[in-house]
Formats: sequence, C-alpha cells, structure tokens
Amino acid sequence: MSNAAPNAPAPTAPPPVETLRIKVDGRDIDVPKTMPDWQGRPQPTTMLQACHLAGHEVPHYCYHPKLPVAGNCRMCLVEFGTPAMDMATRKPILNEDGSVKIARSVLPYEPQTPRGAIACATPISPGMEIYPSSPATKQMRESVLESLLINHPLDCPICDQAGECKLQESSVQHGQGASRFVEAKVHKPKAVDLGPRIVLDDERCVLCTRCVRFTKDIVGDDALGIVNRGSYNTISAFPGKAFDNNYTLNTVDLCPVGALTSKDFRFKMRVWFLKETRGICTSCATGCNITIGSREETVHRYEPRENDAVNGTWMCDSGRLNYRWIGRADRLRDVTAGGAKTTWKAAIDAIAGKLASAPAGSVAIVASARQTTEELYLVKKLATRLGAPTDSVPREGEADKLLVSADRNPNSNGARLTGISYTEAGIQLPRIADGIRNGTIRSLVVFGEDVTQHGIGADLLAKLELLVASDILPNATTAAAHHVLPGCAAAEKRGTFVNAKGRVQRFLKAVEPKGDARPEAEFLLELLAGVGAGQFPATAEGLFNRMAGEIPAFAGVEWARLGDAGANVAV
Amino acid sequence: MPQEYRLILKHADQPGYTPDLACYLRHGGYESLKKALATPGRDLPDGKKQTPREVVRDDVLKSGLRGRGGAGFSAGLKWSFVDRRGGKPIYLVCNADESEPGTFKDRQILHKDPHQLVEGMIISCWANDVKLAYIYIRGEMPHGARLLNKALEEARAAGFLGKNVLGSGHDIEIHVHRGAGAYICGEETGLIESLEGKRPYPRIKPPYFPAVLGLYMSPTIVNNVETLCHVVHVVRLGGAEYAKLGTPNNTGTRIVSLSGDVTKPGYFEVEVGKVTLGELINDPAFGGGLKTGRSLKAIIPGGSSSKVLKAGEKFKLRRKGADGQMTQVEVDLLDLPYDFDSLQQAGTMSGSGAIIVMDDTRDMVDTLANLSEFYAHESCGQCTPCREGALWMSKALHRLTTGGGRSADADYLRDIAQNIQGRTICAFGEAAAWPVLSFVKKFRDEFTARGQADEAARAKGLAKPGTHH
Repeated sequence: MSNAAPNAPAPTAPPPVETLRIKVDGRDIDVPKTMPDWQGRPQPTTMLQACHLAGHEVPHYCYHPKLPVAGNCRMCLVEFGTPAMDMATRKPILNEDGSVKIARSVLPYEPQTPRGAIACATPISPGMEIYPSSPATKQMRESVLESLLINHPLDCPICDQAGECKLQESSVQHGQGASRFVEAKVHKPKAVDLGPRIVLDDERCVLCTRCVRFTKDIVGDDALGIVNRGSYNTISAFPGKAFDNNYTLNTVDLCPVGALTSKDFRFKMRVWFLKETRGICTSCATGCNITIGSREETVHRYEPRENDAVNGTWMCDSGRLNYRWIGRADRLRDVTAGGAKTTWKAAIDAIAGKLASAPAGSVAIVASARQTTEELYLVKKLATRLGAPTDSVPREGEADKLLVSADRNPNSNGARLTGISYTEAGIQLPRIADGIRNGTIRSLVVFGEDVTQHGIGADLLAKLELLVASDILPNATTAAAHHVLPGCAAAEKRGTFVNAKGRVQRFLKAVEPKGDARPEAEFLLELLAGVGAGQFPATAEGLFNRMAGEIPAFAGVEWARLGDAGANVAV
Repeated sequence: MPQEYRLILKHADQPGYTPDLACYLRHGGYESLKKALATPGRDLPDGKKQTPREVVRDDVLKSGLRGRGGAGFSAGLKWSFVDRRGGKPIYLVCNADESEPGTFKDRQILHKDPHQLVEGMIISCWANDVKLAYIYIRGEMPHGARLLNKALEEARAAGFLGKNVLGSGHDIEIHVHRGAGAYICGEETGLIESLEGKRPYPRIKPPYFPAVLGLYMSPTIVNNVETLCHVVHVVRLGGAEYAKLGTPNNTGTRIVSLSGDVTKPGYFEVEVGKVTLGELINDPAFGGGLKTGRSLKAIIPGGSSSKVLKAGEKFKLRRKGADGQMTQVEVDLLDLPYDFDSLQQAGTMSGSGAIIVMDDTRDMVDTLANLSEFYAHESCGQCTPCREGALWMSKALHRLTTGGGRSADADYLRDIAQNIQGRTICAFGEAAAWPVLSFVKKFRDEFTARGQADEAARAKGLAKPGTHH
C-alpha cells in the first residue's frame, strides 16, 4: 500500500539510497543504511526493519513503529553475527574459502552460549548476519513467551482481546505447548476503572509500556506510569486522577493484550465476528482513516487505520465513539409527503415537477459539508439548473495539537471545490433567510442540516411553498418539510471526502441503510433527470471520475487511483 | 606476611581523624587538586600537544585504574569514550549507591573521609571539562549525605569548589542527590534516570551509552566512590608510579569487604592481586580464619551477584611469565590472588570487592533462597526475563525450603536462570541468575536431596499442608 499521492508533482529524482549488504537467514539483502524512526527522522536501520524488508517479521510487544523504542519485552531478541576482525591488523578474518569469517554473538562470560540482541533497537552494520530462524533465536522467543505467560491469567475465553491478541498469536507461532510453572501466580488489580473510557486488567498486562509512551510522548499527557516493582509492576494512572484525554482509546488499540479495554466495546462482540470496512471518520475535517467493525448491519466499533499522510495510526476518542447514532431507533426510514409515507418514485416525481416549474431565483439549496463530494457535485448541478443559491453550514470547534481540526465538518473542502459554498462557508445563509422573508425564495431544498439552528427559523420555513428535507435523523427542519427524503450515514454508502489539507479520501459501505433510506447520490440522479439537468454516472466511481474531469482541482485524480490512502488536491 | 596497604583509608581510621575540611587539610588534603591544576601541557614525541587536562586524563589511563564499582572497567578508557565534540555539557556522576549485599567499603569513605571523594571529583571534573557533577547517594545513608553536603559547603567556602576553582578560571559545582532505596539505582543508566527524576529503569544500550547519551541526553561519566578517590592518588603519585601498586593490569589498592563466617569480619584495603582469597579469610591481619571447629564450604567472592566458589575447587589461570610467555597454572581456591583477572578466569568476578564466607553449617538451599529473594525484590521489572524470572526463581526456592521441593528443581532453577542471563536490558539479569546457576551447579546434591526428601514425605502423606502451591 503506497501512501504517496498519485497526482503529486513528480519530484526531482530522489538521491540514490545508500544501502548496506547484510544476510538474513542466510540470504543476501541490500537494505537502506537509514530508515525512518518513530518520528519519521532517518536513523540507522535496525535489525527489525531489515528483517521486515527481508520478509521476516520479528515478533515483538513493546516495539511500535510510531512510538519511541523501549526494548523491554525482549521478544525480538535475535541471534546475529558480525564479520570477525583481527584486532591487530584491523582487517577481517577470512575463512579457508576466502569468504569473510562471521563471529556469532555469544555471551562474553560464556562463549559457548549464543547472545541475542533486541532487533528493535540494534542497528545493522556492514556484513552483519541476522539469524531470525535459528534454534537459539527460537529458544529465546520461547523463553520470553514462557515468562510472559507464567503470571498471565490465561482467561482468553472471556477476554475481549481474544482473536486479536499478540500473546495468543505469538504463543501459537513461537510458544511451547506446556507450562513448567508450578508456583502461585502473581495477582494484581482486576477491572480497574482507569478513566471514563478505559478499563484495565493488570493481570493481563505484559508491561510493554506502549500505553505509557503513547500517552506521554504522542499525546503529551504524562498520565500513565508504573507502580511497584519487579513482577508486581502495575500500570496505573496517578492516584486519584482519571485517565481522561481525547486519545485514551488508542491505548486499547496499542495494548498487545487484553489489559486495556474500551468500556464502549468490552463484552459487546467477539472480534472474529466483525466485518471490517475501510471508512473515514466524519467528526472533523482531519478525515482520520478508520476501520469500521460491523456485524449484521450493526456498527460495533471504529478503529484507526494507518495513513501516514493523515492520522498516522491514531484517532481521537470523540471521533471513534461517534457511531452509535447510526443505529438509533428514530432514524428516518420513510419517504414522506405531507407527513404521509409515500414511495421514492412518487416523491421524486412530485419534487422534480415542482422544482422544474419554479421560477428562476425562487429556489435555494442548503447542502451539508457532511455530504460526500459526489453528492455535493450533484447538488451543485441541480442548483445550476434551477439558478438556485447554495451554501453549507459551518461547524467550528477547538482544534488540538494532534488530530482534531477546528472544522468539524468532514468535507468543507469538498463543498468549496464543488462550488456549494464559498471560502467562508455559511455566508449565503442570511441572504437565503432574507430571500424567504421577503418572498423571493419560495422553495428550499435542505440536505442533512437543521436550518432552524442556522438562522432560518421555523417561522421562515412556514412561509415556504416547498420545503424538501433530506436527512438521517429527525429535526425541526424535517418536521416542517413538505417532503422528507431519508438519507444515509457515511458507513452506509460509498464516496469521498476532501479533508482540511486537501486529501481526497474514499470510504466504503459497511452496513445497509435503514428502512427505505437510500444514498443521496441515487435520488439526486433521479431528481436531476426529473428537472432535465442531464444524465450522470450511477456509481460512486463514475461520478467521482466525471467530477474529477470537470473540476480543475481534481485534475488527474481517478477513483481507482485513490487507493486506501487518498490523494492530494489543491485547496 | 600479607599486610593491608592503606591508600584510600590511610587516615580514615586514625584516632582523632574527623571528616571536616581542617582535618583533611592537615593531612595533605587538596594538594592533588592543586597539583592537577598546575599540570603543564606537554609535547608528545609524534609532535602532537597535550593540554594539561589531557595530561591528567592520560595519567589516569596509564595508572591502569579499574572501576571499583563492580565491572572493573578501565577508568581512563571510560573517560576516553566521552563525546567531547558534540557541544553538549559533560556531566560527572559519582555512584554512591552502594547496595550490593556484602559490600560496605564506600560508606567508610563517605562517613570518615568525604573530602577525599570531593577532591577526587573536583580533579575528575576539571580533567574532563565538567562543570556540574552529582553524587548519587543511597537513600539508606542519610548520615553520609549530611556529611557530604557539609564537605561540599566547606570546599565551596575554601574556594575548592564553585566559581573559579582555586583561581583556575574553571567553575565546578557538585550536588548531592539521595536515592529512595532501590538497588537498581546503582546500575549507571538506572541511576541517571533516577537522577532525572524518573523511575530508575535502566536504558537500552545501544543507543544510550552514558559517554554519549547520559544525564539529560548529554555525555556523562559515572564512577564509583572508591574509583574517584583513587584519582586523587593517581595525580599525587603520577600514573606510572600508581601503576606499580598492585599487580600488572590489576593496579592500585582496593577496599575489600569481608563478611560471613570469619572470626574477624571487616574491611581491609589491600594491593590488588598481592593477597590471596585464603589470606584474606585466614590471616590474622584480615579475617582471622573460621570459627573454631568449622570448615570452609563456599565463598562468594565479589558481592552477592558473583558466582559462588566451592571449597576445594581448583582453577586454571593464565599467567604471564617473566619471559612474557603465557603459561597455565593450577591454583587452589584459597590461593587465588584477589584481583580482577584471576577471579574472572576462575569463572566469577571480584565485583564490588565483597567477600562472603560460608562454613559447613550453612545450608546452600536456604542461602540461595535468601539471595534470590533479594533479587526478586530488587528487580525493577522493566524487561520480561528478569521481571518474571527473578520472582519465579525466588518462589521456587521458597517452595523448596518449605517442604514443597521436587527432585527436578535443580534443573528447573537452572533453566529459569539460563533464560535470564544475557537477555536483559542491564546486568541485573546476570546478578539474579548467577547465584542460582552457580549454587545449583556446584551444590547440586543439596538441592536434589531437598527435593527428594520432600517428594518422599509427600509420598508418605507427610507433606505439611499448605506448603505446596
């Protein structure tokens, strides 16, 4: 998976990468001399990175590519060798066949015993040989796993992490079948209420300190630490202080075992039943890439999905938990006209008829920067056909230093690029309100917004001859509407958003819409046809590609080339 | 007749010798500092010039001084590794966290002659361009900390410390930092973390070698109390003259802490390698022999983490003859010269210079259980093998000493220990594993017998209830 923007201007030829030749499991490989560290800065390539390039994944717990290296779990210990050097001549010692003699790493005080080095923190050197599959390496892994398991409660059947647990996986791959441990296990606090969203089981913890490092070094909240010592070490928040910042749930993802669990998700669903769909978070303009976990048309969780151009491997708690409304019981399910249930065909025919015969300038459209770029493109086509002014509703909050954008709409740039709103979203709303007040605007089409909250009150809505509202949940605008068209959550359709930095990213459908609800693009196509605005492709792919061909900012971008990581457009 | 050779403790135990500045000055104190500051630069045969500081550093290297903390690493070499070009400040840290069971030598200096340490530190600071140094003193030595702070105040008032030391233009400040009672703070990178106000988790090496990325990520020298005191004498005598003390590659004197089953336990300063283990235990000048009617069973030669030596063991040592040829000689345990290299060749180490003597009344299973409990308690818990293994061994030994033993426990213990040594972040892994490995190997019969006895008792239904978990 490439994170490079497909349409980025071709940079001048990159300087040739300096490489080192080493051996991994007996096979020569040239690896770059330096590779990015957790902050993306070039640092000497580690044995773990080199093994990865050679196709060998070195098992690990504490190591995480986006966190400072701790080196504490010792799971990544590997046996290695370096060219033997004649101390007197400073020249390599050769074997009889002329090849360089390799000195295997051994304990300095016990030369018959191999010594491992932690692959996560040990840089490679020219001529180094790494033995990630050697018997000594395997024995080291077995012994570390044995140590990790002796005091572990082995409560996998009731553990939320089961199925996505590194301790389970490594035990299968590298562990032993039986335990020699006959002593009493260490007992530690269970079900510790660490904060409003996190529960900690200290007995399951392998003390890798990923959560501590993430919270301190990424979030900048030095909230977690270890108390007691030795085998009684226990992860803890400061006494009397709740672990409560907007990124706490990332520690649940980071936790390789079932120690840190999400109060929102724990005991709700076995992870192996979850269908995983690539989505985009809709809670702000950052557009964090997410994996939607759903089962039988119910969304159970969001998890961050790695995209170094956007969110790295993190997302905020507020975005992550902003999914439950998708399954709300009061979702708009029915197409209604005058409060009575009707069919899509009847509704679209009626609306198209009214709009087509409306005098130019008498229709206004309020769209939403929560809509997909493709929908906004179609809304703009409709507006152009009707000569209608358009705008979207701005939504501002406070930005943080990590991910949260002050712009709480996921697609403000989509609204701008498609011409729905101007640079400053929302400045047309007072003019639309004035138009309704003075009678020039007599029809209003609203998508996904409650305009009564944004300067177009119920009194004004009451003056309209035609109010069409497409939305997901009921509100004062849908209550006042002559026609209600039930729409879809992002998780129920496909499309793209353009984030605050101009990254256009696609998302896929995780669950079916509720009731008669349909993706807005579908009925917009019918509406456009109904008012004689022409034919448009019926799929998200086709719509996107048509739009990209028309709007200069999207020049050269195609749906198929967006990939999972998106592409940059000029905003 | 072997005798003590008192260099560091020359004055400390004299009647009327007090730890204040006036007394130290009456006994020639701070003369080495003056000598160091007055050291001229010199031209080397190859045309290069040495600055006065380089001359002193070179002298320390030539003196052959080896660290007295435990590892016995060359002090001059350690100083030479310091990154002096990076532009960051260089720190000196005195490791006064003396905690190795059996060791009580540094506290003699701290309590009786603190100015000697202060002088050694000021010289070392000057020689290494250090402006700020710390003494990390064990939390359980509050009196030592008070004396050190008083000594520092006196030195400051007398112009030995602070701005413009003795008119040299060099500013040096030293602060005392008290630990909070953790053995791991004696590990130099754990000590540095603790000094920074953090949990004393030893750092991974690479990349955090103190000489490059030490205190506050700056180059740092960490030296033991006794080592820094020796610098005073290296400067006083000159490196070449100092190197004549002791034996080749094991130069100078060192203070030996002798404890356990001897009639006269105590501390003795000896020339390194000039006295044997047997002399230290049996000579009237030192331990004065075992108690009446007892015989020697075992010796822990260099602090509780060193591998135990069994009475009657013989060792093959490499000796350099007068002709420069290496020969191998067989040496009895009690004839082992007490120095760094001989004990290393005997498969153990002189460590912190603490000898623990055990006679035939000692039960090796009980002894090891006691030692293991200490290491299980003091493991910081940062890395997996030591965190889990240290307590595992301790629990197994507790079981073995309380009626729940198994005949296979010797191998069980050995296997656990082997999975710790060499696989941890710091040398604590070895410290926890080596006693177990050596006791189980050399006194295997005792461990097996205990286990078999317990198994037999259980078979007869005689096992004490609640002793097996």
